[in-house]
Amino acid sequence: MNRRTLLTTAALALSLGAPAFAESHEPVTAGFIYVGPIGDGGWTYEHDKGRLAVEAEYGDKVKTIYQESVPEGADAERAITQMALSGADIIFTTSFGYMDPTIAVAEKFPDVKFEHATGYKRADNVSIYSARFYEGRAIQGHIAGKMTKSNKIGYIASFPIPEVIRGINSAYLHAKKVNPDVEFSIVWAYTWFDPAKEADAARALIENGADVILQHTDSTAPQAAAQEAGNVITFGQASDMGEYAPLPRVSSIIDDWAPYYIQQVGKVMDGTWESTDTWDGIGPGMVGIGEISDAVPADVKEEALAMKDAIAAGEYHPFTGPINKQDGSVWLADGETAADGDLLGMDFYVEGLTGEIPN
Amino acid sequence: MITLEKRPQPSRLWTAVTPLIAVALTMVMGGLLFAFLGADPFEAIRTIFWDPIFNPQFAGFTRPQLLVKAGPLILIAIGLSIGFRAGIWNIGAEGQYIMGAICGAGAGLALYPSESPLIFPMMIIAGGLGGWAWAMIPAVLKTRFGTNEILVSLMLVYVAENILASVASGLLRNPEGMGFPGSRNFKQWDAAHNAEIITGTGMHWGVVFAFIAVIAAYVLMARHIQGFNIRLTGEAPRAARFSGVNPTRIVILCLGISGALAGFAGLFEVTGPAGQISIDFNSGYGFTAIIVAFLGRLNPVGILLAGLLMALTYIGGELAQLMLGVPGASIQLFQGMLLFFLLATDVFTNYRLRFGRAEVA
Repeated sequence: MNRRTLLTTAALALSLGAPAFAESHEPVTAGFIYVGPIGDGGWTYEHDKGRLAVEAEYGDKVKTIYQESVPEGADAERAITQMALSGADIIFTTSFGYMDPTIAVAEKFPDVKFEHATGYKRADNVSIYSARFYEGRAIQGHIAGKMTKSNKIGYIASFPIPEVIRGINSAYLHAKKVNPDVEFSIVWAYTWFDPAKEADAARALIENGADVILQHTDSTAPQAAAQEAGNVITFGQASDMGEYAPLPRVSSIIDDWAPYYIQQVGKVMDGTWESTDTWDGIGPGMVGIGEISDAVPADVKEEALAMKDAIAAGEYHPFTGPINKQDGSVWLADGETAADGDLLGMDFYVEGLTGEIPN
Repeated sequence: MITLEKRPQPSRLWTAVTPLIAVALTMVMGGLLFAFLGADPFEAIRTIFWDPIFNPQFAGFTRPQLLVKAGPLILIAIGLSIGFRAGIWNIGAEGQYIMGAICGAGAGLALYPSESPLIFPMMIIAGGLGGWAWAMIPAVLKTRFGTNEILVSLMLVYVAENILASVASGLLRNPEGMGFPGSRNFKQWDAAHNAEIITGTGMHWGVVFAFIAVIAAYVLMARHIQGFNIRLTGEAPRAARFSGVNPTRIVILCLGISGALAGFAGLFEVTGPAGQISIDFNSGYGFTAIIVAFLGRLNPVGILLAGLLMALTYIGGELAQLMLGVPGASIQLFQGMLLFFLLATDVFTNYRLRFGRAEVA
């Protein structure tokens, strides 16, 4: 055997070896950056359920990693970079405040796919996704308007961003529709997750006579505060919060990220991932309505479920005119439905809401 | 019977070895903690202390990040340590940090999109002034009305946080941000961007300021008459007054220095690593710096090392979460252990153990 044949044999061995390598290809790694602890019982908890669903779906073919309680600021960029360096193929950054850091890291790692939740900046390797929570808010508003006795509804808002303002408007419009005397008191907590602050806000609203508490913050503290006060109803936020059913929690808006995460990770596996803009609601199942408890009268429950079906089927849009803005100017004419662009940048209250959006 | 006996003089040997003992104890107890969590303890400890500096996969990125993370901690802690030496307890550096960032960023954004080279220096000055002015509130209240600076400075943190939320969603909001809160991103505005001075080193102007502050504080405390006055005020306030030290001036000086340094830190952070004013821009540097100041024994060189050590546990902790899947809370627990052991072993600097019966005096 001369040197040349030796080389050919080596090359042959290599080429034979190649398919074997391909088969035992390392699993696809999906990374998740969370804003809260995975045990928050709300927003982050649901994203983590999505992560576990990805693991359950793909088994050995996928590896998931995550980092919890990542502050939205300078630390986020480092956390995302480290995750990309550790070999993640796709990274889900699950809070609005990660938008600029996600874009910045994505520029440095063109081969890694990024998915940013609830933002508006995209790139070739950055998709964005969010859910039409306002669809669930419409159903909440309906139940709240029917059930309030004091006609005062308290709303714990987090930050004055379009997503939160949309929720307030949607809930208010549908409460008002079934109960023209209803009033909303809105408290801005300036946090997504702070049980102490959220409980304080809930107690203050209850003391002022509210007997329905809606929340756009993620902890179960308002539920506990309502339970303590008695005769107050609440709705689970982001997660079912079923441990507070049947009272005070009468229903909930559930974020179900699992189908989307499974789909996107699958696309990375088979190489068909593309940058997309996804905004799904009740229809595709990204927004779920938690079981409406027996504390809700049967006829109200029926109406709520009918509205849910109508929204899911695309027959009813929660923002259907006539709707005026708070200052009395016309936003939507009779029968007109809101354009997505208007909804995405919503920075105004609808007519009838009191107070101002802080700025 | 075991008793603690006060040493006539703090032990030099123990001063030097207690940090090492504390780190060793933390490794043992932390290793046990990680073992209970189902992670390999040796791998966990290696990930936290070794990988950020030497791991081939990460170190190229994390080594410079140590400076980025340690920079503001050191800068703030140096300022605080000067006050702490004089017995002036500024607990509100977090608020001064926020106000520095807001004032500096606001001053710059008022001139957007100017590309003048004077913008950034002007912003640095505005940032320092912002932090200084915020610290002057507790200083003036203390010297005029005898209020407690601990409470006033701490409460002003919450005021500053609310001002931050307000300007992020109002005054300084990015007009092109589609109604979302948060200012323009300074990374996209070259004249105001606190970029790395040498690419890939993590060395930005905030880190340079931190190093300058370490040297300046060392000179002030060891060589300058004001440093002597500050130490004297802390150790023997009556003696200081008798020797003609004006306590009002010391309060104004100490709170002013710590406020201005915290303000600088905020400005460098907002124009550099953070990039923009956002509702929750502050991430606790002002409070962590208190720990760094004490960890470094209020000594400038000690603070430099303590800041780097804290940064190491932060970044190593993040890697451990990522690579080993340990929960975030276990990392905080681990950092807590380190501080606990450092302070606990510190007892032996001033006291010694004596076995047997306590002598009757």
